Amino acid sequence: MTVILLRLFIYLELDVEAISMSFNPKHILGIESLTAEEINFILDTAQSFKEINTRQIKKVPTLRGKTIINLFYEASTRTRTSFEIAGKRLSADTVNISASGSSVAKGETLEDTAKNIQAMHPDIIVMRHNASGSCQYLADRLDCSVINAGDGMHEHPSQALLDALTIREHKGSIAGLTVAIVGDITHSRVVRSNIYCLNKLGARVRLAGPGTMLPPGIEKMGCEVFNNLEDAIRNADVVMMLRIQRERQGAPLIPSVREYARFFGLNGNKMELAKKDAIVMHPGPINRGVELGTAIADGSQNVILDQVENGVAVRMALLYLVSGGEKLKGE
Amino acid sequence: MAAEEIEILDSDGVNRAITRIAHEILEKNKGVEDLVLVGIRTGGAHLAAQLQQKIAEIEGQDVLFGTIDVTLYRDDLASRNNLAVGLTDIPFPLGDRKVILVDDVLFTGRTIRAAMEAVMDIGRPELIQLAILIDRGHRELPIRPDYIGRNLPTARNEQIEVDFDDRNTAQAVHLLRT
Amino acid sequence: MKTLIKSGRVVDPANKIDEKLDILVIDGKIAELAANIDPGDADVINAAGLIVTPGLVDMHTHLRDPGYEYKEDIISGSCAAAAGGVTSVACMPNTSPVNDNLAITKYIINKAQAQGSANVFPIGSITKAMKGGTLTEMGELKEGGCVGFSDDGLPVVDGEMMRRGLEYANTFGVPIFTHAEDLSLVAGGSMNEGPVATELGLKGIPWVAEDAVTARDIMLAELTGAHLHVCHVSTRGSIAQVRHAKARGVRITCEATPHHFMLTDEAVRGYNANFKMNPPLRSQDDVDAVRAGLADGTIDAIATDHAPHHIDEKNVEFAVALNGVVGLETLLPLTLKLVSEKVLDLSQAIALVTCQPADILGIDRGTLTVGAVADMTLINPNKEWLVKADELHSKSKNTAFSGQTLRGYAVRTILAGKTVFER
Repeated sequence: MTVILLRLFIYLELDVEAISMSFNPKHILGIESLTAEEINFILDTAQSFKEINTRQIKKVPTLRGKTIINLFYEASTRTRTSFEIAGKRLSADTVNISASGSSVAKGETLEDTAKNIQAMHPDIIVMRHNASGSCQYLADRLDCSVINAGDGMHEHPSQALLDALTIREHKGSIAGLTVAIVGDITHSRVVRSNIYCLNKLGARVRLAGPGTMLPPGIEKMGCEVFNNLEDAIRNADVVMMLRIQRERQGAPLIPSVREYARFFGLNGNKMELAKKDAIVMHPGPINRGVELGTAIADGSQNVILDQVENGVAVRMALLYLVSGGEKLKGE
Repeated sequence: MAAEEIEILDSDGVNRAITRIAHEILEKNKGVEDLVLVGIRTGGAHLAAQLQQKIAEIEGQDVLFGTIDVTLYRDDLASRNNLAVGLTDIPFPLGDRKVILVDDVLFTGRTIRAAMEAVMDIGRPELIQLAILIDRGHRELPIRPDYIGRNLPTARNEQIEVDFDDRNTAQAVHLLRT
Repeated sequence: MKTLIKSGRVVDPANKIDEKLDILVIDGKIAELAANIDPGDADVINAAGLIVTPGLVDMHTHLRDPGYEYKEDIISGSCAAAAGGVTSVACMPNTSPVNDNLAITKYIINKAQAQGSANVFPIGSITKAMKGGTLTEMGELKEGGCVGFSDDGLPVVDGEMMRRGLEYANTFGVPIFTHAEDLSLVAGGSMNEGPVATELGLKGIPWVAEDAVTARDIMLAELTGAHLHVCHVSTRGSIAQVRHAKARGVRITCEATPHHFMLTDEAVRGYNANFKMNPPLRSQDDVDAVRAGLADGTIDAIATDHAPHHIDEKNVEFAVALNGVVGLETLLPLTLKLVSEKVLDLSQAIALVTCQPADILGIDRGTLTVGAVADMTLINPNKEWLVKADELHSKSKNTAFSGQTLRGYAVRTILAGKTVFER
């Protein structure tokens, strides 16, 4: 009994903070425009949603009658499925449109596609697109809410939020932590969203990768840049490994996956450099033996599946938050 | 115009009401077997905790206790600014239990409707009963409480406020008239 | 036919004039400049409170005619010029078909003469179809009216081809206009490389893509002794190179655009494709260098790089939008802004848009010398106006200055003594 009561008190305290603010975003386009308070509000909301995902009947009626379109211009299994499940668990009707099966191949412009979709009156469009800024573009032109599921090399806000939720669960708090992110920084929207998110929540961000994968001026976003993995992960609390795109092999960026894995893969006993209780994260899907050695991919330090689980809760929170407050919608 | 504040119950009054409700629950259900208390966040959750303590004092036995957040089941979400979603914490199965829903103030009945739906989504209880500290009338749904601390006819524009101290124990009930 | 422009502040940098004068125009030519001219039977235009300058010369425009008339044509483009106080434009050859033969050159000149509101001076391409493979018939094109040669929009990739182009153009005494860009270094970039591009997740174009080819072409000009004109310099490095080359006597001139001295790559935040151009908007350092280059005479001309695009070509994702902005109608206020910001004095500023570009093009415009063609611009330097894209005379509305309040505009544009625009 005492245990249950204590838990209740903790949650109630958390709630008092949350209730004191109002957060009615029309769109979620990136982390850059969010405040730390808003990020924490989203994470708290997601925390509440996690319980639903463990029920036998994993569904609440909240978004009954709402239509969500997942408009995916890039192949994605994980993010699209996660958003789809999130929508369905909130009782929304979710429809998936992928580039290959739609009129995109026929040369229709993004605006025309979007307007056609809008004519079907969706409430929310979740879009992934290969052009940076495309979600902003859509939001500027449509009446419905837009959630960015990854735009080019720009942002992937739901990923950064689920990462933050996972770190918070494992470390209690994010402030003061050192987070090392290793891989193809240049082409990663996950990195950009994570830099914004982690900085706002008070963590220190370190980046590492070969020179060809470190974009000029990235340090101005608020991070330390390293040319080797070892220095970046030394005493880190969190090590986040990025997927290396095999197709970049042979392009001017890396000579071979083999060489990449040797210098920038997290393998062997490299994790001993990080803090003892450090966690390993990866936005998935992982390349075993490339950025993650098998021992680490199967090891106890990795929290990759927690990330996936939290992804559904975070996306439920985002769908819920953009759906609220119809009165404010016109703004 | 300044708000007028009238004390309806003081801390002794609240305590007496909870004691009576605890007795009524035990009497009606013939003890604590299969009984669970589910408080509706946030006021109802505090009261459910107090009720649980009271039952333990009377019966010498703990009943299970959980909290439920009904935000996701509200029927007015679309027209409200985002309400914070609190945690639902019912760490035991509800199937074939006697669920006592606990809330502080009963008004239109819409919250209780939402709470019942939420409970049903989590499990299939044998029965649901409703315990309320203050019933202020103005029902919009066919909902009737089983246990009432105090019946208080009110005007629609009046407000009922239940004050809790920092240990979440109900201290007083006020009527606010503007 | 006599017209008297009365009581204006006449600024004619070529003749070092900056004083209140009357200008008498007879039969489209400047007949007299003096303090108090008796109007006699002349039509009088009161220019009191106005600045009277030679008609502005924009040495770098894209009129899109023939081939892309949906973006702009010679009629609409020259109307935009007149509205901006510009009386002479040089137009780039990247039309369809490319201006690489006499027929196109003649077409442009004839259409402009018949229906245009400005003098149009075609620039021919260096290579046939701008493909970098064969030189154009520059001799014949010059005779036909081309004032220079350029593959603008594209670099001449092959070093030897560029060398031969310079040598051959020099044979006929006309300049080569280089579009200095190493496409292999651009590598699909869509904005200036740097912290902003990194943040926005847009592939960057490094400064070296411009500087490297500028360096090559300057050396080729040095090698051949030909006149090289560097289009739209935008980086600190390329301006420094031009400065050094001039110091050692290389025959080199260059131009800069208003957007490269007014805007930085910070403007790209928000992904508005009206801030996408080539060269891209650069860093504050580069903007400062352009301004310093204008002030110290390294940069010889302000040119618009007027590049009309249809809204459908701009209203797309930033990375796929076409490069370029319109500029004819904002050239004057943006140039005057350099005066109010004390980068230039008025005479310097007017020289950069009149006699200096006219000299590079080798055209007899840009001055108010007695006997010269009476192309004139009457300017209200203090009038504030809000740039509204849909009110532009150009067919295309892709301005980078929409919504900005600018100061100064042409209230009357006079072409060979005749008013072609008035507001």
